[in-house]
Amino acid sequence: MAEMLLRDAMSKALREALDEDDRSFLMGEDIGAYGGAYAVTRGFLEKYGEERVRDTPISESVFVGAGIGSAMIGMRPIVEVMTINFTLVAMDQIINHAAKLSYMSNGQLQVPLIIRTVTGGGGQLAATHSQSFENWYASVPGLRVVVPATPYDALGMFRSCRKDNNPIIFAEHALLYRVKGEVPEEYYEVPLGKARIAKPGTDVTLVAYSGMVRVAEEAAAKLEEDDISSEVIDLRCLSPLDLDTVIESVKKTNRVAIVEETWKTGGFSGTIASDIQEAAFDELDGPVIRINGPDVPAPYARNIEQLMIPSSDWVVKSVKYNFGL
Amino acid sequence: MKRSTFKEEQKVTTTSNIENMEKQEALGIFSRMLLIRRFEEEAERLYRKGLVRGFLHTYIGEEAIAVGAIPILREDDYVIGHYRDHGHALARGIDPKAAMAELCGKSTGCSGGKGGSMHLFDIEKHFMGGHAIVGGQLPLAIGIALGVKLKQLDSVVMCFFGDGAVNEGEFHEAMNIASLWKLPVVFMLENNLYGMGTDVNRSRAGGSSIYGAAEPYMIPAVQIDGMDVMAVRETVIEGVAKVREGQGPVFIESMAYRFHGHSMADPSNYRDNEEVQENRTRDPIDKFRDDCIEAGKVDGNDIALVAEQIDILVQEAREFAEQSPEPTAEDLYTHIYAEPEGN
Repeated sequence: MAEMLLRDAMSKALREALDEDDRSFLMGEDIGAYGGAYAVTRGFLEKYGEERVRDTPISESVFVGAGIGSAMIGMRPIVEVMTINFTLVAMDQIINHAAKLSYMSNGQLQVPLIIRTVTGGGGQLAATHSQSFENWYASVPGLRVVVPATPYDALGMFRSCRKDNNPIIFAEHALLYRVKGEVPEEYYEVPLGKARIAKPGTDVTLVAYSGMVRVAEEAAAKLEEDDISSEVIDLRCLSPLDLDTVIESVKKTNRVAIVEETWKTGGFSGTIASDIQEAAFDELDGPVIRINGPDVPAPYARNIEQLMIPSSDWVVKSVKYNFGL
Repeated sequence: MKRSTFKEEQKVTTTSNIENMEKQEALGIFSRMLLIRRFEEEAERLYRKGLVRGFLHTYIGEEAIAVGAIPILREDDYVIGHYRDHGHALARGIDPKAAMAELCGKSTGCSGGKGGSMHLFDIEKHFMGGHAIVGGQLPLAIGIALGVKLKQLDSVVMCFFGDGAVNEGEFHEAMNIASLWKLPVVFMLENNLYGMGTDVNRSRAGGSSIYGAAEPYMIPAVQIDGMDVMAVRETVIEGVAKVREGQGPVFIESMAYRFHGHSMADPSNYRDNEEVQENRTRDPIDKFRDDCIEAGKVDGNDIALVAEQIDILVQEAREFAEQSPEPTAEDLYTHIYAEPEGN
């Protein structure tokens, strides 16, 4: 099986969309002549032309809205917002329009729009360029939120997104673009709303998504050295959320920690923790642990920036301390 | 009026255009305007009776814009607008019954009772919605127009918005992109001089005349009397033709006045009664009726007959709305998400 960078898996996913579907086109800031801020669309403009690889002015609200409008009449746009921080500028279009049109029109309208965006911190880009808002979007009915952690999933879930008729936030973690993983030559899809057991285990369940899956896997390897067996669950999607896989795991391990990059207050880990205790209270041997970044804006200096991003050592320490392992 | 035509020379007067009209066409225009007026009056009555709730924004006084503009479009063109949307919906041919049922929150409403007064939709008729976040429909209009262009169709997108929306950043972004990409959009500004209760002179540098805002974006712009249905009609015919040729967007500012409050919750303390009364003397429906009679196109009997028919239509709409069922508890959970493709 071929190894591929997540960046290349995304390029492949986008080329497939343009090759296979006349209704699809790409639109966003610097995706054409520049080749994409993260080089995902390098060479696309030359191959597909400027009608289908559409460089936009820096007008997030209108180019996201233009994606919505074109989807309203049957196009299948793929809009790139350079980072999730900039989606805030387009939030009215995403939440008040994209997420509402199917419902408010009583199903007369569909908005098959994929909004690709780059999420996460750790790149020393300071407070305005290091945030993760997937959890915010996941709280909005009408949106789907897809958060791949591997090249395999990025390609496989993107293929599923293309068949979905809803507005989708497809959040790619900046630090995962250079991560390599196996991607088969033959066609496959990864369904939306089906979590992945990244590593099976018996003593504790570690739930994570996006960039935190690697942290959880590293923590699991360290815990293994102390004969603590962790089951790592990669949620893959926040909406739809596969709670069943989490609950099944908790029934087996009776202990669960949720690892999430964004702030603890309002974090999606809170929703999952609440869901777990409602569904499996009697299965728990201890409190549901939430490992989130602290409630501070991301700083620039590397030493203190690293203090706000959950690390594998942090997870190991927290698991041992809270569960007395 | 600074300028009333896209061409250099001034247009002929509207009365002579009425003279060139067939009687049935004139009566059709009168009938459409009157339908909107009577529909809105009935909606206000139903609101006072508690059958219509939420926000109710009526189009009374502005009928000439929708009726002058929308019937000019083809079936494959698109209409999208703001929350004061009943007039646009009716002018586009939405069944008054379905519209009134929507206002009453009934499952037979044109949005299944889920949208209400501000969110009427009829996608089959290419009525792409009333949208209630000020300016929010402008980016959507850009997208519909982009879709039209990518599909290589010659449809045009008519986008209605008010003087309040021009102070949103989205307005300027939308104008820029529409012009840059030569998109088939007719920007229809309904300038009724107040953004809710704020006088346009207090919200906009440069005062109440707005069409000049389109010019920095290289968009041909005109300003017309939006209470003169014939003026709207002629300008829109010209504007739509220009857009359909693929020359990019046009901008039409229709000067208007809403006779009633911003919504039914309006305390009406921000403008003088004198000003309201003065504007009421320019009633677009009365003006058109009088012009038609003066031109000898119609007589009092024709007018009375139309009025009677409209009363029946509106009464039927009210009865239909009152008798229709409410949405079910199951409906609460439908259409949050669309079905997968192929299902």
